[in-house]
Amino acid sequence: MAETNVAEVKQPAISFGKEEKKLLTDPIDSNNPITVQVLGICSALAVTTLLSKAIVMGIAVTFVTAFSNLFTSMLRNAIPKQVRMIVQLVIIAFLVTVVELTLKAVNYSIYKELSVFIGLIITNCIVMGRLEAFAMGNSPWKSFLDGIGNGLGYAIILVLVAFIRELFGKGTLLNFKIIGNTPEYVINTTDSMLFGWYANNNLMVLFPSAMFVIGIIIWAHRAWNTKLVDVS
Amino acid sequence: MHSNGYIFRFVLIMTTIVAVVLALMSTGLKGIHDKNEAVYNKRAILASVSSQLGTDLAKLSDDDVQKIFNEQIEQKVIDVKGNEISKEQVIAAGYKGGMAEHIDMSKERKKPETDRLFPMYVFKKADGKKLYIVSVRGNGLWDEIWGNVALDEDLNTIAGVSFDHKAETPGLGAEIKDNAAFPAAFVGKKLYDETGAYKSVDVVKGGVSMPNHQVDAISGATITTVGVGEMMIRGIKYYEPSFSNIKK
Repeated sequence: MAETNVAEVKQPAISFGKEEKKLLTDPIDSNNPITVQVLGICSALAVTTLLSKAIVMGIAVTFVTAFSNLFTSMLRNAIPKQVRMIVQLVIIAFLVTVVELTLKAVNYSIYKELSVFIGLIITNCIVMGRLEAFAMGNSPWKSFLDGIGNGLGYAIILVLVAFIRELFGKGTLLNFKIIGNTPEYVINTTDSMLFGWYANNNLMVLFPSAMFVIGIIIWAHRAWNTKLVDVS
Repeated sequence: MHSNGYIFRFVLIMTTIVAVVLALMSTGLKGIHDKNEAVYNKRAILASVSSQLGTDLAKLSDDDVQKIFNEQIEQKVIDVKGNEISKEQVIAAGYKGGMAEHIDMSKERKKPETDRLFPMYVFKKADGKKLYIVSVRGNGLWDEIWGNVALDEDLNTIAGVSFDHKAETPGLGAEIKDNAAFPAAFVGKKLYDETGAYKSVDVVKGGVSMPNHQVDAISGATITTVGVGEMMIRGIKYYEPSFSNIKK
């Protein structure tokens, strides 16, 4: 995994040029944490049964990566090297607790559904990985953008997987009932001429389906962006 | 390299700041957290009588839920012998607030049976009839499962149930909550058979032979659904003495 460890040159603290744009877009495509670096898979399997859970999880991780990158980068010259990982963990754990307390106040039922997986953001390799690989050697503004980019890269894949799993597994999306065998659904398979053969696939709700879906996404991603294919 | 003294100072200052900010945030939000938790639990209780509410429970606002709970529900706390427990005694048992809604069933489960407290909710329907809601708790595959069972005025026919769980597998055990057809299958079942013997409702695999006392299990979720059956038989039995008190 190639890191952009650019030597620091004097420039305005906050600017938005080509390099900054790359920090945001790179993790979404050619350096995606899930499909290219294959990090954060555990939570990608666990929280993608419902689209709402995936969206909230994506926002939470983006918040944590962005601000832990920012704080670590601000403190990078003050952090004693001997205890730097512990310091990073304290920063991550602090932000995750903030997310947890906020979510518990804002939307209690989503908080209940995500249960331990909010707390487990602390162990998400993406967060720690970005702190070690990027924030410890770059300016706060760039680190912040890198954090947002990586959080979004993670969130996009999560939302994509959850979209597929919820639609084909439960026939719903967020609160809309799309396809199913009772009259509440928009497409009612019991009296539809066109969709009479269709049944929701319960395998999509189970964990293994996330593995298949992520695998297919990785395949599609590499077919589209051929630079990612290893030539060995 | 930094000196040991610097490391100590750095860590001390950092942990102090983090601790203070988190403590302030936690205490500041505690009121909202408690309210959210109370409404969440009340929704779960109302879910067992959702057919009586007239509207979709999910569409009711938090205030509506509180209002229904205050106006249409009477709360009681009873013990295993059927005696009603006073508010003071409930507070003495460690539940601030002293109402049935404050009782933590998972804490009660760890006590000896004779010391346990059981919540009971009496829901007044629009036509003046009453529904009795009792709470049950048991074990699923990974962790605890629990439910609320609404009984008709005869204290025999089940009017509705709602289940929830802590960590059952999505798509398998979690279907006891997610699949509306499973709790719906309990409606109309009886606790007592024709001779008056206590049977409750069991969950069985492959074909129901006693339509009044059995419900079909969910395939692939054997342990969770067996847990539901066990919980329905054992959990409701604790309320038997108070049922006979009410019938008197």
